[in-house]
Amino acid sequence: MSDTPDNPDLENIEIELFVRAMQLRHGYDFSQYAPASLKRRVRHLAVQLDGGSISALTHRLLHQQAVLPQLLEGLSVPVSDMFRDPSVFRLLREQVLPVLASYPHINIWQAGCAHGEEVYSLAILLEEAGLYERSRIYATDLSASALHQAEEGIYSAREAQQWSRNYQDAGGTRSLADYYSARYDLLKLDRRLRRHVTFAQHNLVSDRVFCEAHLVLCRNVLIYFSNPLQDRCLQLFRDTLVRGGFLCLGMRESIDAAGTAVDFNPVDAGLRLYRRSSDVLSAKPLPAA
Amino acid sequence: MKRPEAIVVGCSAGGLDALKILLAGLDPQLSQPVLVCCHSGADTVELLCELLARASTLPVVEAVERTPPRGGVVHVAPSGYHLLVEADGCFALSTDPRVSHARPSIDVLFGAAADVWRQALIGVVLTGANADGAQGLLQLRRNGGCAIVQSPADAVAKTMPQAALDIAGADHCVPLDAVAPLLNRLCCP
Repeated sequence: MSDTPDNPDLENIEIELFVRAMQLRHGYDFSQYAPASLKRRVRHLAVQLDGGSISALTHRLLHQQAVLPQLLEGLSVPVSDMFRDPSVFRLLREQVLPVLASYPHINIWQAGCAHGEEVYSLAILLEEAGLYERSRIYATDLSASALHQAEEGIYSAREAQQWSRNYQDAGGTRSLADYYSARYDLLKLDRRLRRHVTFAQHNLVSDRVFCEAHLVLCRNVLIYFSNPLQDRCLQLFRDTLVRGGFLCLGMRESIDAAGTAVDFNPVDAGLRLYRRSSDVLSAKPLPAA
Repeated sequence: MKRPEAIVVGCSAGGLDALKILLAGLDPQLSQPVLVCCHSGADTVELLCELLARASTLPVVEAVERTPPRGGVVHVAPSGYHLLVEADGCFALSTDPRVSHARPSIDVLFGAAADVWRQALIGVVLTGANADGAQGLLQLRRNGGCAIVQSPADAVAKTMPQAALDIAGADHCVPLDAVAPLLNRLCCP
């Protein structure tokens, strides 16, 4: 086979070099990301920034500090919707919030919040349950530019109809439009929804426990991670959660193969809602990923 | 071509009925896994699997992340997620943006499968009203895989098979009725 960009072995080498350069130059380790999606994202960035050449992209990341935020966003941000999978948010509303209501202060960690659609969904749930005043949501992501967008809370109005349907299907008691103002083709969420949200950068690959939480939401983030990194994150969530604390994952995620799965009991296995077991004996210090 | 190790199938408008015909004609002894990406036909993947299972000679299940495809089983991409295959042969899912207006996208599945199985992959593009699948089939052929496209004249919606022919070409272009017998012949010689 000739050495064209179509040579898959050559492309794998280019991607490995790119990942290595990200680690050496900027300290971000993507080596434990699931390769198939990582490859798609790197290819996509290469097309966007460098006419399709991954090697040119690697050269750029080595020599242009300014391109880092764009790379991190391109490598890490999945898209979401408000009240995505309404049945999950209905379950949170009906079965999780009544339990959380028994705590004087409620801490929630949304890991991998991307552009924040689910953070605001959560804030609305808490508001409507009368719990928001004693709640704190830690919304974290790897990407600073994603966090910036999440903090702004501005989205394309194209989504409004679907999101309103989701909100109703999730058991919303008002109209979603009560929570945003629409201008031209944009919608901006009510700033008051942010009043108990702390946005912060956190890297699930390398950072550690930073709070004690009653609920951890991490939906469709671990699907991008290899098995060992998935297990590391589950340990991180376990060590963050209080006994009986809730973990909510994406609806198609599979944790069956992860060693740490034994520390979580399913509340609704189909909707991927779990509670931290109260007798966690296996808690060991987190290994470096 | 090498002995096939997997079959990937993509379709959209009219795809449910086409898949029923295809799956009804497969050899029950088929030893390769069949991976299906279908845009339309049912609200949920559970329903889609149930409808297909009634017609299929092989078991039909949803593709589950971190598990390997099994020979002689049809694995269906869940709605709302791209379905990919890792180098170790296990399924992976992604919620990355739509590709060719679709998630799951046929291009994504075919591209990932082509990276893994190379010459040992058969790709099938059936009826559909958009061009998803054409780029994926091109990648599959470049990696040495075998492409089967339903004859556009025979398809309920001919845009998808026509786009596949225009962009990727095909090793076999046959009517729907002939796809399953052809697969049986290629896979169980």
